[in-house]
Amino acid sequence: MTDLTDLGVAAIRDGFRAGDFSAREVADAFNASVTAGRKLNAFLVETPEHAIEAAEAADRGRATGELRALSGVPLGIKDLFCTAGYQTTAASHILEGFTPTYESTVTAKLFGAGAGMLGKLNMDQFAMGSSNETSAYGHVLSPWRRNDGGNAPLAPGGSSGGSSSAIAARLAPGATGTDTGGSIRQPAAFTGISGIKPTYGRCSRWGVVAFASSLDQAGPMARDVRDCAILLEAMSGFDPKDSTSLDLPVPQWEAGLSSDLKGKRVGIPKEYRVEGMPAEIEALWESGIRFMKDAGAEIVEVSLPHTKYALPTYYIIAPAEASSNLARYDGVRYGVRELPEGASLADMYAATRSAGFGAEVKRRILIGTYVLSAGFYDAYYTKAQKVRALIARDFERAWEACDLLLTPTAPSAAFALGEKVADPLSMYLNDVFTVPASLAGLPAMSVPGGLDATGLPLGLQIIGRPLDEQGVLNAGLAIEERAGFTARAEKWW
Amino acid sequence: MSSYRIQGATGEWEVVIGLEVHAQIATRAKLFSGASTEFGAEPNTQVSLIDAAMPGMLPVPNGECVRQAVRTGMALGAQINRWSRFDRKNYFYADLPQGYQISQLYHPIVGEGSLLIDADEKAGIAEPKTVGIERIHIEQDAGKLMHDQHPTRSYVDLNRSGVALMEIVSKPDMRSPAEAGAYVRKLRSILRYVGSCDGNMEQGSMRADVNVSVRKPGEPFGTRCEIKNVNSVRFVQAAIEYEATRQVDVIESGGTIVQETRLFDPDKIETRSLRSKEDAHDYRYFPDPDLLPLELSEEFVAECEASLPELPDAKRARYEGPLGLSAYAASVITADVETARWFEALLAATGKPEAEVAKAASNWLTSDLFGALNRLGKSIGESPVTPAQGAELLGLVADGTLSGTLAKQVFEIMIETGDDPAKIVEERGLKQTSDTGAIEAAIAQVMAANADKVADYRGGKDKLFGFFVGQTMKAMGGKANPAVVNELLKKALA
Repeated sequence: MTDLTDLGVAAIRDGFRAGDFSAREVADAFNASVTAGRKLNAFLVETPEHAIEAAEAADRGRATGELRALSGVPLGIKDLFCTAGYQTTAASHILEGFTPTYESTVTAKLFGAGAGMLGKLNMDQFAMGSSNETSAYGHVLSPWRRNDGGNAPLAPGGSSGGSSSAIAARLAPGATGTDTGGSIRQPAAFTGISGIKPTYGRCSRWGVVAFASSLDQAGPMARDVRDCAILLEAMSGFDPKDSTSLDLPVPQWEAGLSSDLKGKRVGIPKEYRVEGMPAEIEALWESGIRFMKDAGAEIVEVSLPHTKYALPTYYIIAPAEASSNLARYDGVRYGVRELPEGASLADMYAATRSAGFGAEVKRRILIGTYVLSAGFYDAYYTKAQKVRALIARDFERAWEACDLLLTPTAPSAAFALGEKVADPLSMYLNDVFTVPASLAGLPAMSVPGGLDATGLPLGLQIIGRPLDEQGVLNAGLAIEERAGFTARAEKWW
Repeated sequence: MSSYRIQGATGEWEVVIGLEVHAQIATRAKLFSGASTEFGAEPNTQVSLIDAAMPGMLPVPNGECVRQAVRTGMALGAQINRWSRFDRKNYFYADLPQGYQISQLYHPIVGEGSLLIDADEKAGIAEPKTVGIERIHIEQDAGKLMHDQHPTRSYVDLNRSGVALMEIVSKPDMRSPAEAGAYVRKLRSILRYVGSCDGNMEQGSMRADVNVSVRKPGEPFGTRCEIKNVNSVRFVQAAIEYEATRQVDVIESGGTIVQETRLFDPDKIETRSLRSKEDAHDYRYFPDPDLLPLELSEEFVAECEASLPELPDAKRARYEGPLGLSAYAASVITADVETARWFEALLAATGKPEAEVAKAASNWLTSDLFGALNRLGKSIGESPVTPAQGAELLGLVADGTLSGTLAKQVFEIMIETGDDPAKIVEERGLKQTSDTGAIEAAIAQVMAANADKVADYRGGKDKLFGFFVGQTMKAMGGKANPAVVNELLKKALA
């Protein structure tokens, strides 16, 4: 019998329905894999009992003919999602011991569709980071290693690095991620898996610990495009509890999958050819273009003139919102409280937040507080909002010439842990290709496109029109079918 | 009386006043959560996950709060902004779980309007005056700190956290404490008419931040101080009086007024500095990214407009005009919506054309009923007599069943027992009589007993007629129809 942990979401679902194995067997296999993979530090909390309970319910359901969309499928849940009865910390010390009494809309939908939870996945603290090094509970290791024999521990990407590592290492067939500026796509690219950030508003933000409200968007990460389509369908949908949720029916993305791109025009934004782009990335992009052509698409060059302003714009808007969103972590009602002897209220705030937040979180709160301050607001925040509108307009104009955009997901393959920690700017540069779509609220996904010279995966990004997740998934599928990406991390853990 | 002036050592000073009134919107649920807003519940029993700012919680606007703010704006003749937006006001305090208050700084829901304060000679307001309204915006209330529960710690009650408030900002158009008082009273009256706020200042559902500055008449505005959270009309006036005099003293003794926030101490009747402009918070306002802009549809606005009741100014004009009430009665009855409603229910219950009964009804309401309620210490809402019973009583007077004197007797019994007037008349035999035989007999008796006075009267002492009326009524036990008594007496004494 095949190793059940080699199966993806669709294969588990179909095999379970066909009676090839029980859901319990799947849950047991992945639970064992989670335990065996502890060296990766991908999970903050392991919840084998949740996975088993869902599996047993699925098995009972199958016996009575009641099959749900994700019956028998266990998933990893990023620790940004509040899970009723299970500690949720956003990988921050400040939320240590916090166990929500409520279930986020997205996880409630997944569990309602029959999925079980393998555990809460490690991540960059409050989703701020691109390498998973900002977690208060230790960094996640990528299962990948360079083939140069150096064995340097590599970053799984961030902020959804626990998710990417767990999927790449076969600890979970799929996982939830969240993407504020690239936090689904960049880790997917670093670990040779797929991940999609849907249109802003597709997935409810209710019960997801907020980083930057106008950018945060949940999405699935999985081994391939079909699995992403299945999971996205289960996660999406209007939620009256989220005012920014889109009141639209959820399309049948899996049923709509087609890698035939005839009649589609795929734009290549010239501004994404950034200075100093490694030749490997250039080559990856070229092969992506070939795949698109081969699938029947027409390639057109387009211009997104404000691209170079996207990163600075993002690093004003996201910290501004974060500085306010994170004000609630004050030691008064939940989480960590530091109350030095004789402390005033202000002392308690200072002590609690100093001890509770990590360095990167503090850095972003400071940046955000600064850009919103009297005298600086117009120069930074107002200006950034204007530029954000221009970036969105760039995309709108591009859609006159094309239906989709193809770019690399990240400017490099996974870097070594510690390599960029001391230089936040170079860390922020990792998001250079992913941030524009976030600012415009567009659906975008990363799929594996090839390997670099050291055998590490590289991702290609497809960006679509608002609500055109189908177009994005289809182009992703076309790449997947042609890239022949079968490499996987060799097990060393 | 001329304008309000403060007599300083260097001459007369004029006080300039603007008010920011925080009015709790009368809805059952909070602004962004479904938690109850009922007053007086046990601490922390009306707190949703959103009000406690649990991680991942999101605000969803309560449509009824928006509707009430729009209706209030319309009642103040204000511009309704079809597009408005919520902003976050960021600051740390233990009664503010989110670490920010959701408010509307940049794009409020209601723009400029106005409010008419009525003339009040006694208060020195010689003529009606229009006070400009700058804006109305919607915002969340904070929770409440409790300092008396523990010797060294403070506790927090989040029941009020997230309750919807309207902040109604006036222009600096008021020039005396009396005008400010009249403004607050009139605003409260309008809010109650509209039903958007219960106006209950004792329970904190209405409170005012008072901006005060002084200047020599005709000079530009002086520097203002803001007195926070004043919670009665009387205190608003007292705070202004104190603060204006303080500012004059400071300036005249060579000092300058610094812009600052001050606190009103109702026990000492004084204001004290809370924080100066230098210590002022930087609130870092920015649009709340959890909320979409509020866009009001034409239908929504039309529905708000159609749902507005007749407002006090219009009602007063109608009472004085078509209904023919005195200016005083019209003003007293329309000042409070409950009184006006009671009065209109009374008119309706008479079953007669309003103009025919309005005057008698208003006299009875403002003298007899108000007198009784005053005595009992009750509001009109708690009146032991219903409008229908009042109408029945008025009917008995109108059809001659009761004299004015008898009506007063019957009314007293109604107040005591709550019984219908007809029943009281029937059971106690208080009905007025026009029985000429009985009255003639009584007259004969009175004349026989007062033969000397009869002679005097017949000799030209006309004034004695009143004496005979009185004696006859007394003999009849007060129940004789006075008109019949008059007529028969004139005949008998002729």
